[in-house]
Amino acid sequence: MKEIVVISGKGGTGKTSITAAFAQLAGKESVIADCDVDAADMHLLLKPDFAEEEAFYSGQIAHIDQDKCTRCYKCKKVCRFDAIHVTDGTFTVDEIDCEGCGYCEKICPTQAITMYDALSGKTCISATRLNNTLVHAELAIAAEHSGKLVTRVKTLARQKTREEKKNLLLIDGTPGIGCPVTASLTGADYAVIVTEPTISGINDMKRVFDLIKTFKIRAGFIINKYDLNPEKSRDIELFIKENKMDYLGQFNYNENFTKSMTQGETVVEYDAALKTELAKMWNKLKSLIN
Amino acid sequence: MKIAIASGKGGTGKTTLATNLAVLCSSGSRDKPTVLSDLDVEEPNSGLFLKGETLHQQKIMKEIPGWIRDKCTFCNRCKEVCNFNAIAVLPDSVLVFPELCHSCYACVGLCPEDALVMKDHPIGELSHYKVNQLDFIEGKLNIGEQQAVPLISKTIDYTKENFPDNSIFLYDSPPGTSCPMIESVKEADYVILVAEPTPFGLHDLNLSVKTMHKVGKAFGVVINRHGLGNDDIEQFCRKERVRILGRIPNMPEIAEKYSRGELIIEIPEIRREMLNILTKTEEITGRWICRENHKTS
Repeated sequence: MKEIVVISGKGGTGKTSITAAFAQLAGKESVIADCDVDAADMHLLLKPDFAEEEAFYSGQIAHIDQDKCTRCYKCKKVCRFDAIHVTDGTFTVDEIDCEGCGYCEKICPTQAITMYDALSGKTCISATRLNNTLVHAELAIAAEHSGKLVTRVKTLARQKTREEKKNLLLIDGTPGIGCPVTASLTGADYAVIVTEPTISGINDMKRVFDLIKTFKIRAGFIINKYDLNPEKSRDIELFIKENKMDYLGQFNYNENFTKSMTQGETVVEYDAALKTELAKMWNKLKSLIN
Repeated sequence: MKIAIASGKGGTGKTTLATNLAVLCSSGSRDKPTVLSDLDVEEPNSGLFLKGETLHQQKIMKEIPGWIRDKCTFCNRCKEVCNFNAIAVLPDSVLVFPELCHSCYACVGLCPEDALVMKDHPIGELSHYKVNQLDFIEGKLNIGEQQAVPLISKTIDYTKENFPDNSIFLYDSPPGTSCPMIESVKEADYVILVAEPTPFGLHDLNLSVKTMHKVGKAFGVVINRHGLGNDDIEQFCRKERVRILGRIPNMPEIAEKYSRGELIIEIPEIRREMLNILTKTEEITGRWICRENHKTS
C-alpha cells in the first residue's frame, strides 16, 4: 500500500480541489482520507453517505465536585492554564482553557476533582458518490487535539485500504507546519505540495518543505495559478530543481476550480481541458510512487 | 481595543486584511500606538507585506522538565502523572519529549525527590519591527515544533507588556477552529472573520461562527473575493443575523499586488472599502479605531 498526502503550507492554494480531482481519477483503486479536520471540505464534493460514524474522545477535562470541595485553593494555585475560576467561593473549571494535564486532580486533598474524557469530534467512514471510500472527520467546535484526530482518521483509512485490498491511500493534508501536518505526514510515502506564485505561497511552501525533509519523504510539486506571477512561478521551478524534487505540473488561474465547487462537482467532471491536465499529473504521480 | 482577524479556511485573506487595516489604523492615529501581532506562528506572512526596521528579536522558550540524575530514585511517579506521555522512565535514565510536553508542572511538582526542575526549551522566535507608525510583532514557530499555542500565548504576552492598554491591537490569527485559533481570539474584544463566497468558504465560515458563539465573542464578517462563487454566504449571514462589515472585490489587480507582497490599499476603491470596514467596526464596538475616519468630524 502506498500513501500519498497532499499539503500546501499556505491555505487556499487549491489543495482540496486538486485532491478531490485525484480522488475522482483514482476511482476505485484508492481509499481517500480527509485529514484537514479543522476545515474538512472534501465531503462537499464527494458527497459521502456518513455510514459509519464514531465519536472521537481525546484528552481530558477536569470537573470539580462541589460537595467535596473544601475551597483550599490548591488546584487554582497549581493550574498553569488559569482554567480554574472562583466565583462567589465556588470553584469551577473553564472547559476551553483546561489543558487536561490532571495536576489539579492529583493535588486535591479531598479527591473533589475527577478527569473525564473530552469529546473532541467524530470520525466517519463513508461511501462516496464516486463509489470509493472516504474516511473523514469533524473536529468539535473549539476542540483541542486536531493532531490526534488526524492520526485516528489515518489509522481508520489504513485499515480500510487493507480490508478493501487497495494499493493506494490518498490523503488531503492540513495547512501549516504544526501537529496536524506532522500527523498527516507520518508514515506517508509521498507528499504532493500544491503551491502558488505569491510571496506568501512560496514562503509557506519552503517552511513545509523543510518539515518534509525531516521525514525523508519524496515530494512532488504542483504550481497553481501559474500565470498570476510568472516570475515567481519560475522561482518555484528553480527551487524544485535545486532540491532535486519532482515537478508534477501547473495550472493557470482558472475560475472553473471555483465554478465546479459551486456545482458540487470535482473539477475533472466540470472542465475537460483541466481533466486532461490532471490526468497527466495523476499518471506521473502514480509512476513516481511505484 | 483588541481586534482578532480570523477565518476557518486558510487562504481567505486574513493576512491581507490584517496588514492593510493595520497600516490604515497606524497612519491615522498618532496619539495611541497601533500594534499588529502575527499569531499565525506556523506560517507567519504579515511580515512579507510590511518592511520596517527591527527593534527587537528574541528566542521564545517554553518550559520543559529537566532531569537531575543524582536525586532520582526511578520511582516512576513523573511518568504516571504525565497525561501527555511526554516522559519515559528507562532503567538508567529519564527521557523527556519536549514536543509532547504541555509545561503543566505536574511532574516537577509531584516528584517526591525534587529530581525534576523546569528549564527553557526554544520553540520559536519573536521579532518586533517598526513600520512607519505601526509596531509589528511576529511570532515564528521553529520547524519540527508541534505546539503553536505556547508561542501564540507568549507573543500576546510580549505585545501586552510593551504597549499601553489603550493601544489599537490587531491580531492576525491562525486558520481553523481548534486550539491555536481559540488562543489568539480568546482575548479579543472583537473578531473579524474573513470568508470567501464559495462552498468551502461557507462551510468553514459556519464552523467559525459556531466557534465564536461557543467562546462568546462579538464578531462580524468580511467577504473577500466578492463576485467569485455564489451568493450563499450572504444568505447565510442574513439568516444567522451575522453582520457583514465589508466586501473586497475579486480583482486580478489585487491578486497580482498580493503575489508581489504589496499592500492593496494602494488601490483607491479598496482603501475606501477598508476604511468602511473600520467605520462599521467602530459603530458596533462604540470605540475609535482609526483616526483617519474622523478627520472631518
